[in-house]
Parts: sequence; C-alpha cells; structure tokens
Amino acid sequence: MSDSLMGAHVGAEAVHGPPPRGPLAWLSTVDHKQVGLMYLLFAVVFLAVGGLEALVMRVQLAWPGLALVSPKAFNQMFTMHGTTMIFFVVMPILTGFANYMLPLMIGARDVAFPRLNAFGFWMLLLGSVLLYASFFDEGGPPDAGWFGYAPLTEQPYNSLKGVDYWALGLLVSGIGTVSAALNLIVTTFTMRAPGMRMWDVPLFVWMTMVTSFLVIFAFPALNAALVMLLVDRFLHAHFFQGQGDPVLWQHYFWAFGHPEVYILVLPAFGIISEVIPVFSRKPIFGYAFLAGSSLAIGLLSYGVWVHHMFSAGLGFPMLIAFSFTSMLIAVPTGIKIFNWIATMWGGAIRFTTAMLFAVAFLLQFTLGGLSGITLAIVPLDWQVTDSYYVVAHFHYVALGGILFAIFAGAYYWFPKMTGRMLHEGLGKWNFWTLVLGFNLTFLVQHFLGLMGMPRRVYTYPDLPHWGELNAISTVGAFVMALSVLIFLVNVARSLVRGKLAGDNPWEAWTLEWLATSPPDPHNFERVPYIRGRRPLWDLAHPDQADHGGPGAH
Amino acid sequence: MSTFSTASPQAEAITELAWTSIWILSGIALVVFGLISYIVVRFRDRGDGTVPRPVHGNNRLEITWTAIPLLIVIVLFVLNLNAMYESNPEPAEGHAPDVEVTGRQWWWEVRYPGAGVVTANEVHVPVGRKLLVRLRSADVIHSFWVPELGPKMDVVPHMPTHVWLEPRLAGVFEGACAEFCGNSHAWMRLKVVAHPPEEYEAWLRAEQAAPPPPSTESQKEGEKLFLEQACLNCHASRGMQGHLDVAPDLTWISRRSTLGAGVLPNSRENLAAWLKDPQKYKPGCNMPDFDLDDREARALTDYLWRTP
Repeated sequence: MSDSLMGAHVGAEAVHGPPPRGPLAWLSTVDHKQVGLMYLLFAVVFLAVGGLEALVMRVQLAWPGLALVSPKAFNQMFTMHGTTMIFFVVMPILTGFANYMLPLMIGARDVAFPRLNAFGFWMLLLGSVLLYASFFDEGGPPDAGWFGYAPLTEQPYNSLKGVDYWALGLLVSGIGTVSAALNLIVTTFTMRAPGMRMWDVPLFVWMTMVTSFLVIFAFPALNAALVMLLVDRFLHAHFFQGQGDPVLWQHYFWAFGHPEVYILVLPAFGIISEVIPVFSRKPIFGYAFLAGSSLAIGLLSYGVWVHHMFSAGLGFPMLIAFSFTSMLIAVPTGIKIFNWIATMWGGAIRFTTAMLFAVAFLLQFTLGGLSGITLAIVPLDWQVTDSYYVVAHFHYVALGGILFAIFAGAYYWFPKMTGRMLHEGLGKWNFWTLVLGFNLTFLVQHFLGLMGMPRRVYTYPDLPHWGELNAISTVGAFVMALSVLIFLVNVARSLVRGKLAGDNPWEAWTLEWLATSPPDPHNFERVPYIRGRRPLWDLAHPDQADHGGPGAH
Repeated sequence: MSTFSTASPQAEAITELAWTSIWILSGIALVVFGLISYIVVRFRDRGDGTVPRPVHGNNRLEITWTAIPLLIVIVLFVLNLNAMYESNPEPAEGHAPDVEVTGRQWWWEVRYPGAGVVTANEVHVPVGRKLLVRLRSADVIHSFWVPELGPKMDVVPHMPTHVWLEPRLAGVFEGACAEFCGNSHAWMRLKVVAHPPEEYEAWLRAEQAAPPPPSTESQKEGEKLFLEQACLNCHASRGMQGHLDVAPDLTWISRRSTLGAGVLPNSRENLAAWLKDPQKYKPGCNMPDFDLDDREARALTDYLWRTP
C-alpha cells in the first residue's frame, strides 16, 4: 500500500508542475479532473452514436412491415445500442463525475493512483475502439444482443467475427472499469480531509464507493463468461454449446448483469442526494438511512439475478427464492425515495434546471421501480418478460431515472467544471422536451408488451393498434433527439458566453464548492478541519454548525 | 389487451394477480405522486429569504416507510406463489405430452404423438381439455408465448420444458417466439387454434388422411420439380422422408393459415410468390431462392396444394 501511495505522489507531482498545454497534454495527463472530463467527453460522443442506433430502430419500427434495414442490420443496431449505452455512455459518465468530483468532495488533491486512473480511461477507449472496429469487418458488428445468449453466439449459429469483437471489447474496457473502481475505493478510504469520517462524506461519495465494490465483485463473472465464450468459439470447447449448458451462460451473465443495474443506478442516486438538498435549502433527510440502504441494495443485488431467467425453465424452488429477494430489494429503494421526499418537505425549493431533472427523476424512477416489482412476481414475469413491457420498464429506470439524474448532475456541476453557468432558459427547453419525448416513447411500450409484442423484432404483423402505438413511440424518440441537441447547443454556447459562475453559484455546502471554478490544478489552497457533513455551512454559520453523526438532532 | 383478455384458467390466474398488483402498486404511485405534487406547490422558494428549518431525520418515519413496503412485498409474494402453481404446475411423473412442439430457426414444428400428425406454426387444440405441451429446441433458445392462454416458456436445447393449453373458448390465439433467436426472430409467429371437440376430431382426421395422388399435368410436373429441386433435403412430405427435417412438413400445407411462420397469409397465389423468392418475404430465412420461373412455381404450388 505504501509503495502505491508513493506512486500516487509521483503522479501528482507530474501534474502539479507547469500547467499542461495543447492536445498532447491531454494524452499524457494524470490529473483527475482532466481524466474526468475525458470520460465525460467520451460518453457524450457515444451518447450520440448509441442514440443514432436507437433512431434507426425506431424508424424501422414506426409502422408494420417497413423494410428500411435488413433484419441483420436491425439486430446489429440493438446489440450495439445496448452495449454502447451501458458500457460506453452511462458508466463512463458516472465514472467521469466520480473522477472529477469525488476527490474534490473529500478535500483531496487527486485520486490515490493517478496513473492507474489514466490507464483506466485509455483501456475503456481501447475497448470501445475494438467493439466499433467490427463495423469495418466484412461480417459487420455483433448481432446477438447485448446479453449475448448462448448458443446463438456460438460458432454453429454465428460464424462471423462480430461476437469476437464484442467479447474482446468488453473484456478490455472491463479492465479499465475495474481499475477505476479500485482507485475510487482507495481514494475514499485513505484521502479524506482531516476530520472527515465516513459518516461525513457526501452521499455521492458513499454511493460511488458502494458502486465501486459492486464493480469489483460483478465484473469477474462477466469476464469469466466472455473468456469461456471465446474458448468455445476459437478452441471448440463445450461450455455453452454441444454437451455444455446454454443456461449456464445466463447465470454468469445475469450474476454480473443485475449488479450492473445497480452499478448504473447507485451513482445516479448519489447525484440526486446532492442536488435535492441544495435546491431545497435543507440538509439531506436520513443520511444514515440513505447510506445504509445503498449497502443493503449492494448486498441484495448479488442475490436477485435469476429474475432475468424466470421463464428459462428452472425449478420452482429457485424461482420462489429469487422472487422473494427481488421483491425485497424494492424496500431499500423505497426508503431512498421517501428520504428524498422528506428532504424537500418544508424546504424553500429553487426550481433550477438541475432540480427539475431531479424531481422528474423521482417520478419516473418510481414508475420504473413499480413496474420492476411486477417483474419480480413470477407469473406476471412469465407473461411480460421478453416483451416490450420490459423494454419500457428498464428505460423508465435507465433513461427516465439514470439519464435524468445525469442531466441534473450536468446542470449542477457544469459551473464547477468550466467556471460558467449553463443557460437556464435553454435548460428548461432541454428538460421539457426530454420529459415529453421520453414519456411518448416509452409509456406506450408498456401497452405494446401487454398486447403481446415481443422484444428484438425488426418488424411486426399489422395487429390492432400496434402500428399507432409504435408510431407514437418513434415520434417520441425524435423529440428526445431534439432535446439532446438543445443540451449540446447549451453546452457549446455556455462554454463561450455563459454567465461566470464564481466558486459557489448554488450556495451549496460540500467541499467541491470551496475550490475555484474550475478548480486549480492542486484543487484547494487550504482545506478546513471537517466537523460535519456540510463544511461550507459550518464555515458560514459557526454558531449553528450541524456537527454530529446520526441522531445528533 | 391480450394479457388481460385471457381465455384459459392458466392465463386467468395471472390476470387476476395482475389486477391485484396493479391496484396495490397504483396506490403506492399515487402516494408518491401526491406527496411530490403537494411539495412542488407548497414548498417552492418564494424569494422572501426564509431559511427552512434544518431537519436531519426522524427514526419513527424511517421505521414506518420500511415496514409498510415490507408488508406489501410479503403480501405480493404470497399471492405470487398461488398463481405460480395455478398457471404452470409441474406435470405428474410419467404424464405423456399431448402435443410436442419443437422450436427451430425460425418456425415451430408441432407433433401429435398419438395421432401421427405433424404440422407447423399452428397448434390445434380442443376446447375444454387440458393438454400438456412438451417444448424442445433443435438449435438455439426460443420462447413459446401465447399471451391469452398462459405463461411464456423458454424452449431450450437439451432441456425439455412444458406449458399447459386449456382454452375455455373456441378461436384463434396469436402468439410468437419471445426469445431473440437470430435473423428471422420477428417472423417466428405462432397460432393456437381452439376448436369445439367435434371440430377438433374432424381436423385431426383430415390431417391424418393422405392427400390425393397428383392427377393434373401441372401437379405431375410439380412433383417432378419437388424431387429434382432437392426440396427433400430440408422438407418432408407424407411418404417422403426429408434428409435433414429442418423445415416444415409440407403434407397439408394447404390447410395452414400462414406461410413462413406468419409472414404471409396462406393462399395459392402467396405460396407461388413465396416459392419464387422466399428471401424477399422473410429475409435471412434458411430457404434459398431456387430461381423458379412462373410456370414452375405454379406447378409446384399445384402439387403442394392438392386437396381431396
């Protein structure tokens, strides 16, 4: 440990020398803020790519019987869309925020291992390049779904190279993800400002830490399965084909895949836990319960994966056990929702764009969570799994929930990262078009699923109302695309002529707002001795500082 | 909606549970939406400089909103167990299947083991009897789903699974493969046709009968083409075993309602069009284009479409 920490200091010195200049400086940087910005930029590029892939699908599905793309091309689109959005958009955005903000929030100069940090980003980039290189292969990109169910991914059914690009791309980017997670854990444990206990760190830090543990224990399952798949494909082993067991792949994949859902959602919870108190002008309600419920979710998330396999023909005892754990995980999630509501209760709420996104998150995520409970009920799952109902459900979680939280975080932290405010007027357009587009796209998909429309079909028969509902969904997708364009315009405009932010434009209380905007290379001139969860409040109100752990009030 | 207009005891058990869950979960949604709506109106910053009272938590509230959801979850869990056993109970040891359905890329083979009948992409059943359907896969994972008649069940290589079909009313119930299975997954559709008992018996007898031998010139030319064009490499027809049996048995193709597992309504014209260019209608399917001209396609159709 001490050797590695020495390494960290060497890395930090390299950054804190003369300020880096030019594009080459970005290639060689080990500064957590620059690495964080690179993650964010990377994710925005892939958001555009993954979004275009989704638009291709929505256009093809706009009306029954269209043939704008071939079935193979459609299958490639949904495979790439899912893989891209999960591994190259949502995870990098959240890692980017964590990279940038976590050291600032705990009053550190950098992360514990700056070089490992840069390495993690470049491995992610390499993984994404590997995956997208498949477009230049004659066989084209993978077409077996982001879930890659065997034996469809095996040589007899998929002899082209797409699946190999997919498996190798995920293995390589997974190395980057795991190294970033390790770094964030060690940073949180060892580099907190003097006086800051684990019960004092901002909830974003808490939840990022739980997420990082999830990454470390979940990715090995995926990596092992990917290696076995490659051994099957190249060396003709029988892990998932021939005498092997195709259902075994599903166990491995979802033993990774369900914790992955929480890997995506916990940092989003963290952002919401920062934004809501600041704009309600109140401290967070039930800090210990928000932190503790994250731990509960983290632990439970390893014991629920079979709910993705309720119709795979497994025995009833297994279904019953996993049905119970899957429902149980709704309880700590509910605790969070109620604590956020209680934080707003009695507040003086400022409806900035960031807060609007946070409130919409609460509403839409609640709907996604409740439809999630229906999927934990085995017989209901038997009806709606693998239908458009599931597509609607997880987009309410991933888009209506997580992406809305990401936008809340973007509007909240953009001033800190750039020194300029995002335009609030454009922000409101961004918000309302996204709310409209999102709900148009995905609300109707619940009904399509209940009417019997399966997922992953490139077209569908002209059954009553299927055409109309799909057309509505497609219109919604374009409204969302417009919303993302408005956001990009807002970012471009604000970088040049945005209002100057100052150190603490939102009158927030956590340490990142003590630094300048953007922060100096070494982050802080001086970090005060930390006595509570809201150091900037304590500095401003020494007479009524809210020191104290759980139950102090 | 299919999942709510259910027509069998298996599916009705699920619908009933769905309604109960919808009421309970809507209640929760209403509480959350109500609270947030109230807060958004009542607690907005009025710009009068009031500083809200800093409240850090309340243990009694925390216990309340942990315990109530826990109780709701336990209730749902218990209801869930009942419906599981009603909608897809394990068959008794040695219970022979009434119908054997095999999922293949990208169609369904349907066999009636007792009756010696083989058909494709539609399962004919009598109203009022409870049939055990054994599900097998010949290649990748598929999933058998007829929402109005019951739960969905995956069709897995090397691992037979089952569903029960017990329609209460006569009619045609739409279904489909629900697990992504490759190129033509979208056109792996399925119908369950429920007949009144006498009608079902008549259907079975008609399927058991042999089609008449080719009589017209066109039919005879069609038979010749059928043998020459290597159709038998993949397809079987009564009295002629296919070499691989990877494509539908064509004995009574005239009696089926669709072609290509749902891609075209069945008719002489559509069958001739399909034979000329199957890839046009079902891109990516396993049937190659045999470059038949109009006359050949017509002859082959006449041969395949022999009716008594």
